[in-house]
Amino acid sequence: MSNATHERPKNSILAWIDRRYPLVSTWNAHVGEYYAPKNFNFWYFFGSLALLVLVNQFITGIWLTMSYKPSAAEAFNSIEYIMRDVDWGWLIRYMHSTGASAFFIVIYLHMMRGLLYGSYKEPRELVWILGMFIFLVLMAEAFMGYLLPWGQMSYWGAQVIISLFGAIPVIGHDLATWVRGDFIISDATLNRFFALHVIALPLVLIVLVFMHIVALHQVGSNNPDGVEIKKYKNDKGLPIDGIAFHPYYTIKDSMGAIVFLFFFAFVVFYMPEGGGFFLEPPNFEPANPLKTPDHIAPVWYFTPFYAILRAIPDKLMGVIAMGGSIAVLFAMPWLDRCKVKSIRYRGASYKALLTMFVISFLVLGWLGTQPASPELTKLARIFTATYFLFFIILPFTSVSEKTKPVPERVS
Amino acid sequence: MSQNVHNENNNLTRRKVLTAATGVLGATGATFLAVPFVSSWQPSEKAKAAGAPVDADISHLQPGQMMTVSWRGKPVWIVRRTPDMLKRLPEMDPKLRDPDSKESIQPKYASNEYRSIKPEYLVVVGVCTHLGCSPLYRPAVNSPDMEKGWEGGFFCPCHGSMFDLAGRVFKGVPAPTNLVIPPYYFKTASIVRVGENAKKGVA
Repeated sequence: MSNATHERPKNSILAWIDRRYPLVSTWNAHVGEYYAPKNFNFWYFFGSLALLVLVNQFITGIWLTMSYKPSAAEAFNSIEYIMRDVDWGWLIRYMHSTGASAFFIVIYLHMMRGLLYGSYKEPRELVWILGMFIFLVLMAEAFMGYLLPWGQMSYWGAQVIISLFGAIPVIGHDLATWVRGDFIISDATLNRFFALHVIALPLVLIVLVFMHIVALHQVGSNNPDGVEIKKYKNDKGLPIDGIAFHPYYTIKDSMGAIVFLFFFAFVVFYMPEGGGFFLEPPNFEPANPLKTPDHIAPVWYFTPFYAILRAIPDKLMGVIAMGGSIAVLFAMPWLDRCKVKSIRYRGASYKALLTMFVISFLVLGWLGTQPASPELTKLARIFTATYFLFFIILPFTSVSEKTKPVPERVS
Repeated sequence: MSQNVHNENNNLTRRKVLTAATGVLGATGATFLAVPFVSSWQPSEKAKAAGAPVDADISHLQPGQMMTVSWRGKPVWIVRRTPDMLKRLPEMDPKLRDPDSKESIQPKYASNEYRSIKPEYLVVVGVCTHLGCSPLYRPAVNSPDMEKGWEGGFFCPCHGSMFDLAGRVFKGVPAPTNLVIPPYYFKTASIVRVGENAKKGVA
């Protein structure tokens, strides 16, 4: 790619720009001559799809702010106004609400890819950590966005999550009041969540996504074989097993985008509430501070962590366990001490552990949508234990894992 | 030549000191600048002022019935307990985390076994001490949607915390303490004022 930076573009306008701004070299470094392994499979769609959903959220979000009123008195009605009176308002709103769930589906699969092929391992630790920060900000963004319609679920969901701060010893109670800006969830809370949701967090998100990609392009992409393509280069200094991101992967990702949009449009047009998972029934009732809905559950993408919170019969420990279940993922690059990256060449212990982890995550996700009952709470405790067991056992088994020989080049 | 090197080193040290001093001063300034931004998240004067006591007319409450009033935006329940319910309260003690309400919040005049001024009327903030949901009133013994052996009380739908009919928390649930009893007094036999202690001389 360094060769290209010295070439002068033939197009005179491009040449004029290029003397003043590193347009061609930036394009080449990140797209035109970014060499990615040639063996990307299905799992590698989700990074670019996440970017697509991000763009969808930005555009539909900007349009929604044009008709939405961030006040406790008007918020609920302004959503109804968008749904009924604004031309195409329903479509824009459903694209945004479906986009939120789609974002998490895509991100969870993207993270799963990382776990399968060891994409968090040396030298990609920072790519993983930046990605984890994106995940955290995304959760905050989704949580704050969910308060804005000011429905029953918005209200009581926010009540529960902000009360989590109250579990922190000494300062907790004041901290929760500080976050709310009132002694209860009120107009002040709604208004500041709006500000954070539409300005502060999107800016942070954009910066983090930029850094995530810059970090990735610094070290190069991993692949399903988990071998470094930079080891074998041709006489031009290009990886033999790499292909240029553009046009090869732009074409492949476009195909992925089309298939994704097919499903996305199906949900938007035929089941915008996502069977009560994307938009929950109680949220079609205006917020009532005096009455909690009979069954409250967070939106599906928070339910695994919510189930962990609910499983622990102690306020502070519950909050710590929930926070820990996310925080521990940051440490993956160091908890997994196996040198082999891809699951294709890893031993039975990792395959078994990862299966246990994925099952725990899915079962906890389901449990989080269910009302609390003694039997289900027992089940939640078991799967909370297996969720954490993955991270506890992994450092020990991964040291002496019986791995298969890893090929020199991608197969 | 050696003179030059010496000077350069001198300058370097001076520069480092000056840079450090500027940095410290700048950080101090930034900290002060953060104060208004952090403080602006505190409840506004308007929010602080909205805490007026409320009056509830309890004359229409039938035994076993519960009513809800809004105080500081929170639900406050007034339950008229039947003699049966009151009789069962001491039997609950072994199941409870804090049966004597030692770690829980209530005014002095309500720190008794019924957690109320008049045993018949329970006045309690209807907000779970776990994460702030409003529990459901399930007064009936063996209420069909509750577990077996249920003797009447409150159930939080959010995280499954349970409280008895004096707002006392069960063992083995996430809520740490009993429901909060707000300051209140009986203005007349049928009017309860929530949010204020009785002034001296008022019964």
